[in-house]
Amino acid sequence: MNRYPLWKNLLTLGVVLAAIVLALPNIFGNVPAVMVSPRAGDATTLLLDQSLDVVRAAGIDGVEGKLVAGRAQLRFSDLDTQTLARDALSEAFGNRAVIAPTLVSSSPDWLTLTDPMYLGLDLRGGVHFLMQVDMDAAIDKAYATLEQDLRVLLRDERIRFRSISLDQGEVTVVLRDAAERDSAVAEIRRQHPLTELSLSDSADTFSLGYSEFALEEERTLALEKNISTLRNRVNQLGVAEPVIQRQGADRIVVQLPGVQDTTQAKVVLGATATLEYRLVYGDAADWLAAEESGRVPASSRLYTQRDTGGPILLNRRVIVSGDEIKSASSGIDSHSGSPAVFVNLDGTGANRMQRVTAENIGEPMAVVYKESNYDRIVAEDGTVSHEARVEEEVINVATIQDVLSHRFQTTGLASDEARHLSLLISAGSLSAPVYIIEERTVGPSLGKENIARGFTACVVGLLLVMGFMLWYYRFFGLLANLALMVNIVMVVAVLSLIQATLTLPGIAGVVLTVGMAVDANVLIFERIREELNRGTAVQQAIHAGYDRAVGTIADANITTLIAALVLFAFGTGAIQGFAVTLSIGIATSMFTAIIGTRALVNLRYGGRRLKTISI
Amino acid sequence: MKRSFTFEFDFLRWTRQAAMLSVALIVLSIALVATRGLNFGLDFTGGFLIEVGYEQPVDLDNLRDALASGGFEEAQVQNFGSATEVLVRLAPPEEEGTADISSNVLDALATAGGDPEMKRVEFVGPQIGDELRDQGGLAVIYALAGILVYVWLRFEWKFAAGSIFALAHDVCLVIGACALFQVDFDLSVLAAVLAVIGYSLNDTIVVFDRIRENFRKRGTGDTKEVMNLSINQTLTRTLITSGTTLLALFALFFFGGEVLRAFSFALIIGVFVGTYSSIYVASGSALLMGLKREDLLQVEKEGVNPDATP
Repeated sequence: MNRYPLWKNLLTLGVVLAAIVLALPNIFGNVPAVMVSPRAGDATTLLLDQSLDVVRAAGIDGVEGKLVAGRAQLRFSDLDTQTLARDALSEAFGNRAVIAPTLVSSSPDWLTLTDPMYLGLDLRGGVHFLMQVDMDAAIDKAYATLEQDLRVLLRDERIRFRSISLDQGEVTVVLRDAAERDSAVAEIRRQHPLTELSLSDSADTFSLGYSEFALEEERTLALEKNISTLRNRVNQLGVAEPVIQRQGADRIVVQLPGVQDTTQAKVVLGATATLEYRLVYGDAADWLAAEESGRVPASSRLYTQRDTGGPILLNRRVIVSGDEIKSASSGIDSHSGSPAVFVNLDGTGANRMQRVTAENIGEPMAVVYKESNYDRIVAEDGTVSHEARVEEEVINVATIQDVLSHRFQTTGLASDEARHLSLLISAGSLSAPVYIIEERTVGPSLGKENIARGFTACVVGLLLVMGFMLWYYRFFGLLANLALMVNIVMVVAVLSLIQATLTLPGIAGVVLTVGMAVDANVLIFERIREELNRGTAVQQAIHAGYDRAVGTIADANITTLIAALVLFAFGTGAIQGFAVTLSIGIATSMFTAIIGTRALVNLRYGGRRLKTISI
Repeated sequence: MKRSFTFEFDFLRWTRQAAMLSVALIVLSIALVATRGLNFGLDFTGGFLIEVGYEQPVDLDNLRDALASGGFEEAQVQNFGSATEVLVRLAPPEEEGTADISSNVLDALATAGGDPEMKRVEFVGPQIGDELRDQGGLAVIYALAGILVYVWLRFEWKFAAGSIFALAHDVCLVIGACALFQVDFDLSVLAAVLAVIGYSLNDTIVVFDRIRENFRKRGTGDTKEVMNLSINQTLTRTLITSGTTLLALFALFFFGGEVLRAFSFALIIGVFVGTYSSIYVASGSALLMGLKREDLLQVEKEGVNPDATP
């Protein structure tokens, strides 16, 4: 009696060994690394050697490099050297290679079945943003585009109109007569199937709005466009393992592990900066006169110069606007040694730039740095409105020496500004404004403290519980303690396997599981004692104890799982971490406390004639 | 050596008194929440929270002055856990576009000297606070509903009702304790409340399970007697499990740091309350509702036990 067949013992042993192997990488942990991959093809040993040389030249020692899956992987001892190396490599390789910082497991190669647990931001430090996408603004923009499209459409179709106006989510078009209206309506139905047309009573007017379906499409599009823009921007920031995810219909979660400078992150995520090129109007005397009198000549606009703070008049007509800048990169001007932005224009922009500069050689041209922000204003009655605030500054005025075309450079910015600007231009613009509605930043020292505290609490809790079990149940207590330790290993193994995020509340969940996991064993052991007291023979008592307790254990644990599932469904971030570890802990404790201890009990006592057992 | 205890307490003799005590405690908890109110944390109120660490203990008044001259007159400044840790709280701003506020606060703190190190910045916008509160309330209701259904299916409606009474009782008392001690009631405490629901139910189910088993096994004996016996039989287990859980929770309370203190406090209260409620509130109310042997035997038709046929 009380013998497990061999296969059952082996299976139990196998599961335990598998858990140990899966959990082991956590002992080795992660190290910071930088991955270097060429723009095309796989990395070669040459690239690896070059990368190592660059890093060593930057004064960084203790670098290990190898080729992994077509990329050169360089490992560093700490995050600071990783950052240094990343900057050095980006500068050295420029556009030839993609430089991505990351964390890699430092387990030996034979142990790379799983990666270590993914630590939450409260344990590793970093920023968590929840960003609200301003859908009203996205819809407003869509209507503005619709109005623009209608103008073009009517012009192309040679339909003459009296007026087109945009008001309250409706574009109203007034035409000359009913016949023109009919042809306009027919054309619009063909080209804009997703709009809803309504004809007004007067025969020459109709209005156009988006259908609910089209509005929904616009919102989804705005959200997806913003997510990809934010992802580009984050990638440009060079953050290892960022998370950018949609949450609900109009929100985006951005998590940047290891980032401490939240101000920079916020500026980069929310900003919409760009450049504009204009010809200068008049001379310094005209500028001052215009500022004093407030009378600005009709074909010009008044701006402020960044370095002097003085006024300047620029031509109303823009040579090249931000939309025509295809890409940009930052660097150093080879003549002056000052920071510069290298700008690439698209075809139309380049043509116009070429024409205007050719006509105006010897004339001054100004570069305007333009940053638009939206202020979200909550009125007292709770209504929300938005006000666009555009800040414009002239950063540079230079005499046109040569004909410019699609590629040229602009100076006059501080070096981090140049970097921001080139980053923003190449990452693309946000299609709708975003606001940070939730921020949680954890500094690196607090992250380490949290890990240390969680670990201490775990160990102390474990020791207290194990001490008690050993004192109270003797040999059976020892078995329960073994089961408890294996249980923790299994929780770690499952967390590593599914790469769930471990948070501080998650560690609390593990500690709580430690307290609760012995419950299954307590139930079983109490049953065995009860049976022994009743005078049942030892083997029967063990058998009955396990047999009868199992149903109770299952019932009790399933209800706890229900509570944990609800927590998972309703909780966010850290709280979900608690729900995850609690659920996993409960599930694995059923295995270790029932099957695991039974296997050990059977090995020790099974099939013998016994008078007493140590319980 | 055997250290097995057998108890023969007549727990259910005190059902009525216990019911009165529970009602009194619930009324007291509600009154506490109504008068003192819950000290809602940042998660639910919205606003800013900035934690900084210093090498040396700092004078909070200096920091208040520095913050006031930086334009943050309304800032609440307090120590957090130790004299070298400082917590600054700000109400949520009127308008959004608040990207710089936390950096400005840090700059203002730096003017007071002492080289503050940023440990934590949290900002929760007002609408998020409202949402989290609604979701939290819903979570508790859904958890209770899910458990009601499970216990109903698995046992019997009087048991289900009894366990829901017990859980509602536990939730009330834990929240009451939070109001009494003005615990910082944030999302983690809410998570603790839900964990208490799970834990207390665990206890209740073990007792119910035994009651059902004893009803099946014994043909005779009145309800009260069987319930008393079951509670006594499971008492050691109840005490040991509560004890080990409390050991782990005290470890968390003392070593887990300030962030987990409110969380572990709520759970510790919950374990005490939950242990009491699984004996008196759950079983007691099932008894008061007139639970009979027949109620349980009808549920599981397939498990007919010859002894148990009436």
